[in-house]
Amino acid sequence: MTSTDGALAGPQQYLRAQQRWRAIEIVFWLSLLLPFVVTPNYLVLASQVAITALFALSLDLILGYAGIVSLGHAAFFGFGAYTAGILSKHGWGEPLTGLLISGFAAGLLGYLMSFIIARFRHLALIMITLGFGFLLLELANSLGWLTGGADGLQGVKTWPLLGMFKFDLWGVTSYWYSLIVLFILFLVCRRLINSPFGLSLRGIRENAVRMRAVGAESRAHLQKIYTISAAIAGIAGALLTQTTDTVSLGVLNFERSADVLVILILGGAGRLYGGIIGAIIFLVARDQFSGINPQYWYFPIGVLLVVVVLFLPNGILGGLAQIVESERWQRWTANLTPWRKKP
Amino acid sequence: MSTPALSTRGLNKNFGSLVVASDIEIELPQGVRYALIGPNGAGKTTLINLMTGMLKPDGGQIQLGGEEITALGPEARVRRGLVRTFQINSLFPHLNPLEAVTLAVCERQEVSRTWWKPITAYSAEVDEAYGILKTLMLAQVCYRQTRELAYGQQRLLEIALALATRPKVLLLDEPAAGVPRDESAELFAAVTNLSQDITVLFIEHDMDFVFRFASRIIVMVGGRILVEGTPDEISADPRVREVYLGSAHHG
Repeated sequence: MTSTDGALAGPQQYLRAQQRWRAIEIVFWLSLLLPFVVTPNYLVLASQVAITALFALSLDLILGYAGIVSLGHAAFFGFGAYTAGILSKHGWGEPLTGLLISGFAAGLLGYLMSFIIARFRHLALIMITLGFGFLLLELANSLGWLTGGADGLQGVKTWPLLGMFKFDLWGVTSYWYSLIVLFILFLVCRRLINSPFGLSLRGIRENAVRMRAVGAESRAHLQKIYTISAAIAGIAGALLTQTTDTVSLGVLNFERSADVLVILILGGAGRLYGGIIGAIIFLVARDQFSGINPQYWYFPIGVLLVVVVLFLPNGILGGLAQIVESERWQRWTANLTPWRKKP
Repeated sequence: MSTPALSTRGLNKNFGSLVVASDIEIELPQGVRYALIGPNGAGKTTLINLMTGMLKPDGGQIQLGGEEITALGPEARVRRGLVRTFQINSLFPHLNPLEAVTLAVCERQEVSRTWWKPITAYSAEVDEAYGILKTLMLAQVCYRQTRELAYGQQRLLEIALALATRPKVLLLDEPAAGVPRDESAELFAAVTNLSQDITVLFIEHDMDFVFRFASRIIVMVGGRILVEGTPDEISADPRVREVYLGSAHHG
């Protein structure tokens, strides 16, 4: 938000206005309830979208805010998915505690990785995360006794949510469950990025050298956000396990890491909502296009990606924000935002 | 005599066969405004890099307020009060000045570890940041993205970021580089008017500003300190005239 008129507001007032809930955000979240009424046959897809959105949100924390590029984020998603699956297979199918344990396990793995991650940037980081992703995939593949290997994990049975709501075939419980978990973790992320810590993350993304010159604890910040991001990715993975009662090697593969990156870039990185918007577009497009031609559905996604990156370098949300921040729009809406008004 | 704010002893640095710092001995008393001058390639920026820990010296010691800091990394030196600005703007392009300076204040106060409270809960930090921006005439543009600011304003923001760390010693690498002359004067006035608790050393090529704003001057040539003294001593020194002031260009 940049406005010359804004300079007249006090700094506290300005920051509060920046962090305030906007009407469009509330409308957006309410609209996510529409599938229950409008497309009740697509609730399974809708819960996939919510889970993928959560995964993309976790990537946004490190990529969009802290500037850590990762091509292996599926490692944490898959680790969470397998943790939840293995727990359930061995007799603990309670979903909420399963979610927490999986998130904790993935967070722990993320914390260990963060000691390496925080030391590198750019290309080296891409290679390290990529290698780490492959490593975990092959590990899951070879530990057949634990993970079921290439056949996938058999015998996962998730208990009813809160002991009351069974996971049904139509995905009613799944969507409620995924949507609520997404919303709660979104609130956590929103709080995080509006905190002093969130500001420092953006500082690291913008200029890591300068951060050293203001005495910032950049490395500790990076380790912390990487751990949090890994935990959230793990929770997303656990959600997938619990809502589908299966885990396959697909949760760890490179395609999943690449897809989530594409989703975030499409939607707009560094904007919290980018991952959610991207997930909706990506998964709905895949559903529709693969109906038309199951083999080549990546083609239209490829076209979309190229067009977005060429014309909207900050993603779809970035493009929208540019319109909203334009002079003309500002003048048009000046009366609706009192803190920007000239005295 | 009281302990100098910053001192170096026998500081050496070579890049291969090129000597960039040779036996540098400096003592900066507290509160003094020092100018560091010398022809291009004399090793002025290198000296700042050595003092702030961005380069490791091949030999010698650096002390800040009597404390040995030679082995410390750049961040640790900043937290102890040894702070620099950059010759080429090194800012946060997509943050606005208020965010950038608040960030630096929060890092100093170590509240930047908190992620569960909004920044608005830290009104003292935000107000301090706004106050710094005000003293440097940046309050009017503090909600604009840094990359949209005029060049001179970006130079001031460099200094604002440094001040947010509450420096004891401030090293300014050509603070007015690229700024129009009349604005440079304002900038230097702002620097010299800083609290007497802050010791300032600045690199500057314009001799008018050096003699107007520095209380003492260090002249470097070829990685060595040629002479150190008051502006009058420096302008009277025949060696300085020969290697620097007498030459056709003032850099």
